[in-house]
Amino acid sequence: MSANTSLPVGLEAIRIKGRFGAHRYLVLRRLSQAFFLGLFLLGPWFGIWWVVGTLAGSRTFDVLPLTDPLVLLQSIASGHLPELTAFVGAFIVLAVYALIGGRVYCSWVCPINPVTDAAHWLHDRLGLQKGWQPKRSARLWVLGTVLVVSALTGTIAWELLNPVTIVHRGLVFGMGFAWVVVAAVFLFDLLVSRRGWCSHICPVGAFYGLVGTKSVLRVSAANRVACNDCMDCYAVCPENHVISPALKGKSGHTPVILSPDCTNCGRCIDVCAVDVFAFTHRFDQRVSEAATQAVDAPSEYAA
Amino acid sequence: MSATSQPKSPGRRRFLTETARVAGGCAVTGTLLAYVARDARALPVEALRPPGAMQESDFLSACIRCGLCVRDCPYDTLKLAELGEDGPATGTPYFTARDVPCEMCDDIPCVAACPTGALDPGLKSIDDARMGTAVLVDQENCLNFLGLRCDVCYRVCPAIDEAITLEISHNARSGKHAIFAPTVHAGHCTGCGLCEKSCVLPDAAIKVLPIRLARGSSADHYRKGWEEKERKGAPLVEGIIDLPDRMPAPVGGAPEAAGGYEPAFKLPGGGQ
Repeated sequence: MSANTSLPVGLEAIRIKGRFGAHRYLVLRRLSQAFFLGLFLLGPWFGIWWVVGTLAGSRTFDVLPLTDPLVLLQSIASGHLPELTAFVGAFIVLAVYALIGGRVYCSWVCPINPVTDAAHWLHDRLGLQKGWQPKRSARLWVLGTVLVVSALTGTIAWELLNPVTIVHRGLVFGMGFAWVVVAAVFLFDLLVSRRGWCSHICPVGAFYGLVGTKSVLRVSAANRVACNDCMDCYAVCPENHVISPALKGKSGHTPVILSPDCTNCGRCIDVCAVDVFAFTHRFDQRVSEAATQAVDAPSEYAA
Repeated sequence: MSATSQPKSPGRRRFLTETARVAGGCAVTGTLLAYVARDARALPVEALRPPGAMQESDFLSACIRCGLCVRDCPYDTLKLAELGEDGPATGTPYFTARDVPCEMCDDIPCVAACPTGALDPGLKSIDDARMGTAVLVDQENCLNFLGLRCDVCYRVCPAIDEAITLEISHNARSGKHAIFAPTVHAGHCTGCGLCEKSCVLPDAAIKVLPIRLARGSSADHYRKGWEEKERKGAPLVEGIIDLPDRMPAPVGGAPEAAGGYEPAFKLPGGGQ
């Protein structure tokens, strides 16, 4: 068991696709995270005010307003009717994420993602127990709680604790004790609950998951016949319960990963030596019939 | 009934226990969050909200803490409260008058920047802003109250002679000079804080306080007799006999006479 779990993940993919090929989406994702953070930092660092504000609300090129829809929802729940600008901004954000997958926010934009990814990397290296694993629906309950507390206290409640906006605002406006929040999330994921924050607790992710329930951009296990059961995709996926229905579906079942929990991070695509997965749209029901690359794959295990 | 003695289905039992557990967890989390949320409402006295800010309790339901008002403030007056700072709720905009006061821009860019209406877009003239009210908190150290002509708070006030006037009174200490008391008229004071910023003392003798602290309030049923009389054009109560008032100085009498003014001592060499 322990020998099995400590198997290095993705070696086969690295050998076949090269180091970059096996980390392409990871690299792209880090670039994307840096890009979106960089947009906000251009102003305070270099005086280039293309994007002003924070992830909670921003203004791009003086015309495009963007608002975090969950923050706005809490504001409405707490009894404030926001001005039109905030509604327009939230609508644009909702429309985009409804199209490309709500949790794309989590894996491609959120500044906390590198923190929890780092915690998970260290967790793996230290071989720690997975610890407390609340049900994945817990985050929906947290989301509900946040809205109820907002309504009861008349404040935007989650913004008092939300590590996402606190860290982002800290980076853009001044850190204060926001490092404590980063450390808390890191330690929580490292010592208390493996992948606990993003995959079990965070109500922001839960909200964006709901937003992307019917999203168009999806990962499909179209080449699932080639799967050699190496389990690497399960090992890298932060929400690995989303894989089985698509990968292990009987013929006739859709190969598309339809669960809104999927963050479209693309790590399964990276780490698969036989290229089972690919980005596509949710209506793409194509499944390859012949195991095109299955011939190479068993060699890894035959050796 | 026999049905009650039947063992419940394990699935249902598990569902109920798990739901109860999650609901309990949420109740605890929610209570803690609510506690933090209520705690966050305490706004420190020195922290002033931007022009047009809603009442503090409403402000925290409307401000999404995006910082656009801070970015659009041309004088770097506004700041976002940093986490753990001994200040307003984290991420909300404020300014400290003694550090950088509000310069009262005519176009009120901070209000224009606010996407949610936490800063009221109905505020069209900065003169109508009420960020706080200046209060001359320390008459004992105020140079003007000591009889000097500092006048700085009065001179810098954007609403000079309206929000701050100099009220002249007799300087009893010197006996022959005047005291020009800086006097705030809350009806005109925007709470910009220029007076507090400019006070020459090491700690300002005039400070902008939140209105809830700076002001009392008149009871709803109070009427000012002189105003009512003026409005009516006649005394409110008819038939009052107005007796002659007893004046402090004797009519036509010499100062030395009883009730008149007599210095308690003579100046040396005064010759009299």
